[in-house]
Amino acid sequence: MMLADALNLPLAPAGVATERPISIAIVAMGGQGGGVLTGWIVRLAEDAGWVAQSTSVPGVAQRTGATIYYVEMMPASNGRRPILAQMPTPGDVDIVLASEFMEAGRSILRGIVTPDRTTLIASSHRSLAIAEKSAPGDGIADSGSVLDAIGVTARRQIVFDMDALAVRNGSVISAAMFGALAGSEALPFAVPAFHAVIQQEGKGVAASLKAFDAAYARARSGPAAPPAVPEGAVPAMPAVPVTAPDRRVARLLARLHDEVPDAVRPIAYAGLAKVVDYQDERYGDEYLDLLAKAVAIEDLLGGAPRGHGFARNAAKYIANAMAYDDVIRVADLKTRPGRRARVEREVGVRAEQILHTTEFMHPRMEEIAGTLPLGVGRWLQRRPRLYAFLDRRVSKGRRVRTYSIRWFLALYLLGGLRGLRRGSLRHAAEVAHRDAWLRQAIDTAMQNYALGIEVLKCRRLIKGYSDTHARGLSKFDRVTATIRRIENRPDAADWARRLREAAVKDSGDGSLDGVIRTIESFC
Amino acid sequence: MAERSFAREVEHLRLGAGDVFSGEAILAITKGLLQSGVAYVGGYQGSPISHLIDVLADAKDVLDELGVNFQSSANESTAAAMLSASVMYPVRGAVAWKSTVGTNVASDALSNLASGGVTGGAMVIVGEDYGEGSSIMQERSHAFAMKSQMWLLDPRPDHACIVDLIEKGFQLSEASNTPVMLQVRVRTCHMHGSFPCKDNVPPPLTVAQAQSNPKRDLGRIVLPPAAYEHEREKIAQRLPAAIDFVREHRLNEWFGPQEAPVGLILQGGMYNNVIRALQYLGLSDAYGNTQIPLYVMNVTYPMIDTEVAAFAEGKDAVLMIEEGQPEYLEQALHTVLGRRGIATRVRGKDVLPMAGDYTAQALLTGLQRFLEESAPRFLGNRPPVPDAAPVLAHPVVEKLKEVVPSRPPGLCTGCPERPIFAAMKMVEQDLGAHHIAADIGCHLFSILPPFNLGNTTMGYGLGPASAAAFGGKAEKRSIAVMGDGGFWHNGLTSGIGNAVYNKHDGVFLIVDNFYSSATGGQDILSSRAQNKDRATNNPIIDAVKGMGAKWVREVDRTYDVARMRDTLKEALTTEAEGPKIIIASSECMLNKQRRLKPLVARKIKNGERVVKERFGVDEDVCTGDHACIRLSGCPSLSVKQLDDPLRDDPVAAIDNSCVGCGNCGEVSEAVALCPSFYRADVVHNPTRWERTTNRWRMAAIRFLQRRRTMRRPLMEMA
Repeated sequence: MMLADALNLPLAPAGVATERPISIAIVAMGGQGGGVLTGWIVRLAEDAGWVAQSTSVPGVAQRTGATIYYVEMMPASNGRRPILAQMPTPGDVDIVLASEFMEAGRSILRGIVTPDRTTLIASSHRSLAIAEKSAPGDGIADSGSVLDAIGVTARRQIVFDMDALAVRNGSVISAAMFGALAGSEALPFAVPAFHAVIQQEGKGVAASLKAFDAAYARARSGPAAPPAVPEGAVPAMPAVPVTAPDRRVARLLARLHDEVPDAVRPIAYAGLAKVVDYQDERYGDEYLDLLAKAVAIEDLLGGAPRGHGFARNAAKYIANAMAYDDVIRVADLKTRPGRRARVEREVGVRAEQILHTTEFMHPRMEEIAGTLPLGVGRWLQRRPRLYAFLDRRVSKGRRVRTYSIRWFLALYLLGGLRGLRRGSLRHAAEVAHRDAWLRQAIDTAMQNYALGIEVLKCRRLIKGYSDTHARGLSKFDRVTATIRRIENRPDAADWARRLREAAVKDSGDGSLDGVIRTIESFC
Repeated sequence: MAERSFAREVEHLRLGAGDVFSGEAILAITKGLLQSGVAYVGGYQGSPISHLIDVLADAKDVLDELGVNFQSSANESTAAAMLSASVMYPVRGAVAWKSTVGTNVASDALSNLASGGVTGGAMVIVGEDYGEGSSIMQERSHAFAMKSQMWLLDPRPDHACIVDLIEKGFQLSEASNTPVMLQVRVRTCHMHGSFPCKDNVPPPLTVAQAQSNPKRDLGRIVLPPAAYEHEREKIAQRLPAAIDFVREHRLNEWFGPQEAPVGLILQGGMYNNVIRALQYLGLSDAYGNTQIPLYVMNVTYPMIDTEVAAFAEGKDAVLMIEEGQPEYLEQALHTVLGRRGIATRVRGKDVLPMAGDYTAQALLTGLQRFLEESAPRFLGNRPPVPDAAPVLAHPVVEKLKEVVPSRPPGLCTGCPERPIFAAMKMVEQDLGAHHIAADIGCHLFSILPPFNLGNTTMGYGLGPASAAAFGGKAEKRSIAVMGDGGFWHNGLTSGIGNAVYNKHDGVFLIVDNFYSSATGGQDILSSRAQNKDRATNNPIIDAVKGMGAKWVREVDRTYDVARMRDTLKEALTTEAEGPKIIIASSECMLNKQRRLKPLVARKIKNGERVVKERFGVDEDVCTGDHACIRLSGCPSLSVKQLDDPLRDDPVAAIDNSCVGCGNCGEVSEAVALCPSFYRADVVHNPTRWERTTNRWRMAAIRFLQRRRTMRRPLMEMA
């Protein structure tokens, strides 16, 4: 009724609605120092004689959950203190500080980043959520989506890896974010005022100031929107050398250049390097022989215009199939010089310090038997009571002091058993499995090129050790068997892809079986 | 020893007249108590009032100087019962807890206290854990105040107003012989602000003096016929006295113009957000100069009928702004106006949300509707109000909804409870799922990913009690989990005692991490720290055995996953009768790190030999299945993408925040997971002998490594 009239009433707004406090939301994960940053911002305003109010809801979120801190600030007017709100209002936040990239995304979903007023200051680094980490396979959320959303929601954006910058300067992210806030010039306070706040802190002042200054400079100098490097980017393909000083390698490289088409060569080089490193020169030849078959099929099917999909996937997954994980491999990797160097780097060992490492091994009879010569292994397998007896003796957790002479020698000798690998029980099983898989892939490809590639990709399902490995094998078997059932359908490749993706994500919750049942319902 | 030191905050308590306090509201409240001549303080920690307890626990000197008796109460019931000191004696007392859960626990004592009434001022500070960020069920403390007839104060979120109401609240309590509740919401407790201080006031009569001169009055004890008299007294004397006091001292406030066609009646706690909503509508400036009259109820119970009637009279409509449900105040308002025949229309939860936070946004929407229907002229030329809807509807933002993962809270890095649940997960894989009765505490995070363990939770210390129905013989035993905090809060009797007496057949797992960790790491009876003011080091096992439990196992290092698993299995399968009790003990890592980090840093600086441990993952051994993460969820254990075109899946990786608790290694060992984990021990300030042997050892190792490297066809990736 009166609504239409009301809109036309010549009444001026009572108060100056535009005269509002500066509002700042800090979105963070519990335990990340959001409280410290909040305290600094409040002090910054109070030092300038403003009234500032902060609120937070730590509660359970302080244990690594997502949380939000909120600050409002405004000068008093003729002794009247402003009345400040206790939580951010969507569409009415001036500055959002996000201490992690997905949290920046979450702040956008809360509606507190809007194009008319919000300066978004976000660290582009990722701290993965539990769902991202625990997913079998790759469950990492797409940072690019956040970047896109920032582009359409923020009035201004300052995005860079503030965590890395802080670490480089020996400090923590709150100091870097404070610096980025100063650099944004979204607050009417000068840099010395920011410095003064940090100096009142009393501890870690020098490092905080260093990180602050670096972030300040970075926020002012950098491009408005440096692209965040999304996690999970496709790794670059290696450059393929023409030859090598080692004659054995030079020969293999010559074969590679000779037999493998250009489009397949980089991935084939990576594969070749992996199998040679895994076993020896002859294994490289074996690899190239197997790959040659795939390349021949590719030629036969005219796959070149389709980007050599079959051969490229064959190059990748044959290498992975050949370099299966066994105790010899583990012992070899653990005793390499590069491994120690990596640990020293990761742990940050300095020259005057001493590093020891302890490995947590749990060998079972299965792994031992797998290493034995085929005949002995089979003989043992036929004697379940003896096998079980031995398993009880062997199967237990063992803590291996890697760099003690005794254990190093043991691992070193074990790693040197590569010569025996070809004759081992495990190798026989692996070769049989590999050949069957390749045969299925090739046979399938002859009927349905795309489906053949999907069969190759199923190799991804096999990974890990002991139970994990067994589970992977079982998934592989179920998926490849189901693929056989649908191989005559025109949309088989699409279903195979869905099957495989379900299998990758299945951690024992039955989701793969669900997809299989769906497929069984129509064939 | 609490999670952090409150030395700086304790200094705040010493401020006097002329000083300005600047800090969190919950600390302002603490200071307010001392300014009010309080003689004793008690309470039970929990968000959002933990800091009150923490600061007082660290403030023994200040309290001793004043002659104030402070106790960390065993539970809220104990705290409430402590207020009985004010029944016969003119001593002021205050207790604090998280509400409504704490009020639930305390309600027996509160009912008795409120029935007999008090002589000295008695105040309950309730941290109203309601709305976003709350960790408990969404209920109002308001109901408790009404049913027991305790006055409920709900001050404006302003330090000076809150502190003033504490002092006035004690006077009100004494004037009406009724205990008073002061309700502060989560955001207000954690709100930074300031107020001008007064000097602390030593209690005119200390509890020690009172107890030396005992007084007795049968009329104050809740027994018929006195109990009937109490009810009559509540209505005939205490309520009118309270109303008089509130009116006389103007505890409620009026803002804005005298005359207007509409007005807003609000809980004090709603004030700031209401002003912001009015500001959006152009009806107030940032300093609270409102165009619409406000009646701010700093006292929400009792409703002062003469005040609200006068406020409503002559207006077309009033809006009752009351957070939470049911809408007690709105109903009361209807009664007050209806009985007086005042025709003013009452609006409330018909235009405002029935449940949930009254954010500025929610209030804005409600106020707009109220004014559109009742006084549209006020809306005038409306300034544009903030609106995020267009942004949220943008396709790119829509897409983001699918991307951003939820981030539930979880156990901290190195938490000693992680291996317990990893072991439970392993047992589940072997023996199948069991009914798991969870409790309140950090261990409740087991219900979330990655563990997903736990079927119900029924309240603090009530995990074992909540398994009571499952005590008979069955194919699978029930498992009840309880923390040491809950154990001492009430679980010893309600859970363990009950199970022993009723010959419960289930498994009871007591998680002992040396503190009441979830509430901030306060000491409890079984804490291992030496506390000069309290009696600690009282082992849980003694208490359990004292209760008559026979099958009791202690796992004194929870990180021993295999032992944890085997103990659980034994408990689930043993023939033994009666409750099977497991006490799993290891120190809360958050507190352990706070305790040890400075010590270790000092040792290293002084040149002493120190071994620092942390874990790592060999990226070339890891195959990217992440089974380890599904048994851990440790914040320091994450995944990373390798720069290897042959790899599809990211591999596990451990960052520098690892504290070397050992869980990763133990788990992969126990379930034969994979050999990619290693523990790195870095020896700081090694001895000369160590350095020499290390040199020789590494020389030998390097010799062997060179030998093999030279034989290998060198084909490393660029």
